[in-house]
Amino acid sequence: MNDYVNITIDDRKIKARAGEKLLWVALDNDIYIPHLCAVREKERSNASCRLCFVEIEGMARPVTSCTQVVREEMVVRTRSTRIDRLVKTAFELLLSDHNLSCRECPANGNCELQKIAKERGLKLRQKRFKAIERDHTVDDSPDEFAFDPSRCVLCGRCIWADREEAGVGAIGFANRGINSVITTFEGVSLAESICTQCKLCVEACPVGAFYYKKDKKA
Amino acid sequence: MQLLEGERELILSTVEEVLQNSSRNREDLIPSLQRVQSKLGYLPALAMEKLAEGLDIPAVDIYGIATFYNQFRLNPPGKYQVKVCMGTACYMKGGEITLESFERRMEIEEGETSPDRLYSLERVACVGCCTLAPVVVVNDDHIEGYVTPTRVDGIMLEFEEADQKEEETEKETEEETKKTAAEGGKNK
Repeated sequence: MNDYVNITIDDRKIKARAGEKLLWVALDNDIYIPHLCAVREKERSNASCRLCFVEIEGMARPVTSCTQVVREEMVVRTRSTRIDRLVKTAFELLLSDHNLSCRECPANGNCELQKIAKERGLKLRQKRFKAIERDHTVDDSPDEFAFDPSRCVLCGRCIWADREEAGVGAIGFANRGINSVITTFEGVSLAESICTQCKLCVEACPVGAFYYKKDKKA
Repeated sequence: MQLLEGERELILSTVEEVLQNSSRNREDLIPSLQRVQSKLGYLPALAMEKLAEGLDIPAVDIYGIATFYNQFRLNPPGKYQVKVCMGTACYMKGGEITLESFERRMEIEEGETSPDRLYSLERVACVGCCTLAPVVVVNDDHIEGYVTPTRVDGIMLEFEEADQKEEETEKETEEETKKTAAEGGKNK
């Protein structure tokens, strides 16, 4: 069996390691595909952000590139009318309950949502869906960092870092639907939980939900 | 929620028993939670922590599952359990207002139990008697129809009276047993 496969992404011929997921192959070759929830080391992606759709020749429907393994002779398109529609809707839904006071956000300028908007020509202030205000209660109990649920996109990267990198298991998802949150056991503050304040969750956060207190403006 | 006298021991022994009958795999988690809840009436934090220890998973994972599924409750059922219907008909007929009235009167929020465990309040989906909307179910066996905020006051009054009566009879039986015990002592 070959260690490498030859694929085509947007007319570019690319040699990719066999078994690799399409998303990472594209990103490694400087082809941008929007993504929030994917973690490279994770064997099976959550595929919950619904942003990394691509079209593959021979497949009837767009697929999430974070779960699609590369195959020999695969022909991939990262943009199409269908893809753009899917990504736009997923993105607008994410933003419909997002706290958009970017100027006060510690991640301003270094935010994955801003990057996606820029790359795909999407607006941060969407009008299609009714805006829902989320809980703004910031948990600033840890010494050096804080968590603002109103800026959280529920990608789950902090949970991955907490489990697999830190090996702690202090945070997880709770509730469901529009009420879904990232929280501790029984919803206590981070300082009261088993959190070791290793700050790996802050490093993992693609937006400004987990942030260093010193980065906070105003 | 403060644990009652002896409840801690009951929780520990229940979880112990459930764990013994479990394969200790993750797929056994939901059935285990169901067994714990059917024994204790709810999922106390202590039970979730002990179960997490037994299955070697983070406790927050169990918390996530318990809050995700409507079938699990984190607060003990009250002596008077009130379920307010939020089916389409009841909702349109002002179920939300009924729920709010109960929240104000019981001084708890939906899904909570009063600290003395006298009242618990929940919202449920359709109960099946939409002609009586808005509907309230008390202790799973008693249905109240056309529940306006005024009727909520009436229901609460009935609870208070029932509870008072019960206390009095309790006191009487206590006194009687004391009396008979005293008389029994005299006769000897």
